[in-house]
Amino acid sequence: MNPHRRQLLGWGAAAAGAALAPGLRLIELAQARSPQEAASKLQRWGLLIDITKCTDCDVCVTACHEENGVSGHGRPATDAQWIRKVSLRDKRTGYAQTLPLMCQHCEDPPCVDVCPTGASFRRDDGIVLVDKHTCIGCRYCVMACPYGARSVVHEAVSGQKAGVPRGKGTVESCTLCVHRVDRGQTPACVEACNRDGGKAMAFGDLNDPAAEIHRRLKSEPSSQVRADLALNTGVRYQGL
Amino acid sequence: MMRIAAGIVVAALMAAGCADAEEKRARRIALPVFKIEKGGTCVAPIEEMRRDHMTMLLHQRDRTVRQGLREPRNSLGNCIECHASRETGSVLGKEGFCASCHAYASVSIDCFECHTPLRRQRTAARP
Ligand code: SF4
Ligand code: SF4
Repeated sequence: MNPHRRQLLGWGAAAAGAALAPGLRLIELAQARSPQEAASKLQRWGLLIDITKCTDCDVCVTACHEENGVSGHGRPATDAQWIRKVSLRDKRTGYAQTLPLMCQHCEDPPCVDVCPTGASFRRDDGIVLVDKHTCIGCRYCVMACPYGARSVVHEAVSGQKAGVPRGKGTVESCTLCVHRVDRGQTPACVEACNRDGGKAMAFGDLNDPAAEIHRRLKSEPSSQVRADLALNTGVRYQGL
Repeated sequence: MMRIAAGIVVAALMAAGCADAEEKRARRIALPVFKIEKGGTCVAPIEEMRRDHMTMLLHQRDRTVRQGLREPRNSLGNCIECHASRETGSVLGKEGFCASCHAYASVSIDCFECHTPLRRQRTAARP
């Protein structure tokens, strides 16, 4: 779809949103894609996380696990983790930082390279997912991911959320809340951080010149975790 | 004239007998017990649905997961919305739409290892 057409559709959606539901955020509605429209190569979804604003809270983690029905069994060593808070401390100066870490939605994802069944894949709009229908639970991707972003589900699951299937013997990781993104919403962590947290997270289309995330990445310094691996991550950090 | 009338009577009797026998046979054969919660038309004719629902779901799942096409028509969620039981809100359970037929045909059903068998509204309304 050319950018002009997208702009027009965006305005259409915004107008419809304004007329129908005054409480909703227009910027989110403008991103909605119709169910008949496939994910597009023109887009690249990503996150920008300003860790100077990231405080000691963990509302992003709670919101993610609530949204996606990720519940543990009180066994931290094996329970699934889609997002976690990581603490950094400079040994010499004692300067401490904390940041949320999840699947970085790499452009060249090692998890996809090693998957023997093709279950681990990158969607056209840059979201890296596991197709659990074909995942055999071999965990090669868990080993290959440099960010430790993936978990295997060890035990039978019940009480899954509609739109977020989870099951024993498959691997999972942050989906960038693909079910919400496809509805035109932002990921649960971003929503929670901007509501109850330090307002450190932004979500958007890295390719869209009109998006805030694109403007900020263009005009402000940012970095990737393990940039040396040249994976071109979709999740970027500031203040790291 | 007489002969024609007799013919009609015989034919009618035979038809009645046939229907009777069929009904008796049907009662002897065990059939799956399930409730179709929402009657009316499905997304395809019944015969096609019985034979090919798994192919439809298989095709749709790849479109949804791989391409992000969330067309509701052949989606598992759409099946559940219509067919989940009014009491339990689920397509599983003894008289559940999916479970009872699959138990009858002795075909294991893997969808609900990962997907929720509950209708959306019901899930939302639960405490
Ligand atoms: S962060 Fe890990 S799981 Fe996510 S795309 Fe990169 S290699 Fe794959
Ligand atoms: S665990 Fe699943 S997704 Fe990961 S490499 Fe094996 S088959 Fe692929």
